[in-house]
Amino acid sequence: MKGMTIIVKNVTALLAGLVFLYGCYIVLHGHLTPGGGFAGGTIIAGSFILLVIANGIQYFRLKKEKEESSMFEGAGILCFLLLATGGLLLSVPVFFRNLLPGGTPGELFSAGVIPLYNIFVGIEVAAALLSIFLAFVIYKTEE
Amino acid sequence: MDSLVPLFVIIPLGIAFIIPLIWQVTRGVFRFLPGAGMLAMAVLAFFMLFNLGGESIVYKVGGWEPVNNIPIGIHLVADPLSLMMLIIVNMIGLFAALFSIPYIDKYTGENYYYSLFSLMVAGMNGVVLTGDLFNMFVFLEVSVIASYSLVAFGSSRDELEASFKYQVLGGIASLMILFALAMTYWYTGTVNIADASEIIRSGTGTGTAIFIQLFLLTGFGLKAAMIPFHAWLPDAHSSAPSPVSAMLSGVLIKAIGAYAILRLFFSMFSLSIEIGYILIILSVLSMILGGILASGQWDYKRLLAYSSISQMGYVIMAAGIAMVVLVRGQDAGIAALAMAGGLFHMFNHSIIKGLLFLNAGAVEYATGTRNLKELGGLASVLPITSATSLGATFSIAGIPPFNGFFSKLIIIIAAVQARLYLLALIAVIMSIVTLAYFMKVQRHIFLDKVKSARFAKVREVPWLMSLPMVVMAIMCLVMSIMIIPGVRDTFLMDAVNALLSIK
Repeated sequence: MKGMTIIVKNVTALLAGLVFLYGCYIVLHGHLTPGGGFAGGTIIAGSFILLVIANGIQYFRLKKEKEESSMFEGAGILCFLLLATGGLLLSVPVFFRNLLPGGTPGELFSAGVIPLYNIFVGIEVAAALLSIFLAFVIYKTEE
Repeated sequence: MDSLVPLFVIIPLGIAFIIPLIWQVTRGVFRFLPGAGMLAMAVLAFFMLFNLGGESIVYKVGGWEPVNNIPIGIHLVADPLSLMMLIIVNMIGLFAALFSIPYIDKYTGENYYYSLFSLMVAGMNGVVLTGDLFNMFVFLEVSVIASYSLVAFGSSRDELEASFKYQVLGGIASLMILFALAMTYWYTGTVNIADASEIIRSGTGTGTAIFIQLFLLTGFGLKAAMIPFHAWLPDAHSSAPSPVSAMLSGVLIKAIGAYAILRLFFSMFSLSIEIGYILIILSVLSMILGGILASGQWDYKRLLAYSSISQMGYVIMAAGIAMVVLVRGQDAGIAALAMAGGLFHMFNHSIIKGLLFLNAGAVEYATGTRNLKELGGLASVLPITSATSLGATFSIAGIPPFNGFFSKLIIIIAAVQARLYLLALIAVIMSIVTLAYFMKVQRHIFLDKVKSARFAKVREVPWLMSLPMVVMAIMCLVMSIMIIPGVRDTFLMDAVNALLSIK
């Protein structure tokens, strides 16, 4: 697959960054607005998938890319688990306890650890969806 | 001790996701990591069971206290029954994980194997621990999705087909369960099992409750592979790598099938005679048809898979007897006896069937085939496999000193005491049929003369494969001590009391 025309390539090159930023916005405002880690992660994965589709599978070294995204997937979920276990280890031992101060509801830095959970879920979901997509692209011809 | 409860979910999840990250560094050591984790959890569950003394721990995840006595967070409940299931899951998981180390060597992507294996255990631990319906559904999906991938792990044609069939039927089952949960939430306004049970039992909508129960029975019946919902099991359990088959047949169908049925129908809904009879009819069908279908198989693992259906029939039948006895208002002692027999048989069957599948894996590893017509005369070249397999055969067929005899005996005695004589007769007859088809296995694999010259060079399997088999064969014999009153009270009767709420 050689990729699409120059128009598509240029437009996606401009758009992908915006899509990525929008995904980050959704992840970071997960505790304030609709959306959150899962929805934002999907959008972030979408920005990468957009680039791969527009530029063709030869353009990137996709196998290496897939290894890296698998690694991020593992790391994301491990951080999530560590954060949840952190609640168990520190002071009052409760799994999934909200370690940090709550702050004022409605502000970006509020809700304790929930934004952190959202970020890790976002990394995990983005990496997982990208891995699935890349697996389909890379292994489609293997028997 | 309370804060140790979430460890049963944290440890396997941590292992599952740390293995792909650090696999490249030192792979030799990390192959032992899942086994080590499961050993720790089995010991922990054992320790908690002895220290609780029949009490149960309710662990509130996130520290969310109930508001106006309405629980708002997720609760993990460690009562004697869940702890007993945890011991089964992690013990069989330990043996299967050790067995996997040499067995899975020939496959590529070992790290994903161990990762998925730990994920499956995490899901099962979650299902048996949780006190929240929706959380149960989530953990159930975690474990079955991991098992879909594990069934397809060899990625040959048959394995992919089996996995696909399993996915389709498993998906239908999950949808049924989700629908039933939605109905429960609509009816009671809560997804906490203890809270929902109070509302259901004090409410008047028995029709709604029966409707929900039928959906749950279909969904969990599919997961537990009761006939007529069994179509996926023979394919999936015979195609998976053998240690995974041991996990699927040994614990998965119990933890997410039978356990969920027992837990929800006895602890959440009010008992009804209709559901009791449905359970008995389905279980009798499973016992008879599973046994007859097993007799006709020539594929070693397929035969074992059908045998699992038949043996799970005993467990569900015991539950059905207990329910019918309780609803009829007969002596609650009979119900407790039936349930003790059922749980004891569930425990025994997980060891026996785990061992038999590991034997099948060892035979396949050594000879490269599992067709009964090709094999023969392996008793002299595979002495350990042959001896342990004989022990498991005696145990599952119910020959006296072995554990299978006692659990079947308790179920039969309970059936007679409940005046369900036909069920007792069927249980006896199916026990004989079980002996018949396992004798067929013994004859065609281990005893007959050698049929092919290529088996002359067969060697006994590596020690990491034979060690779990020997330990499990010893356990087949030793677990008979659960019949002794002192042991029975801590281990079995507490679990029965937790389920039937008899004090």
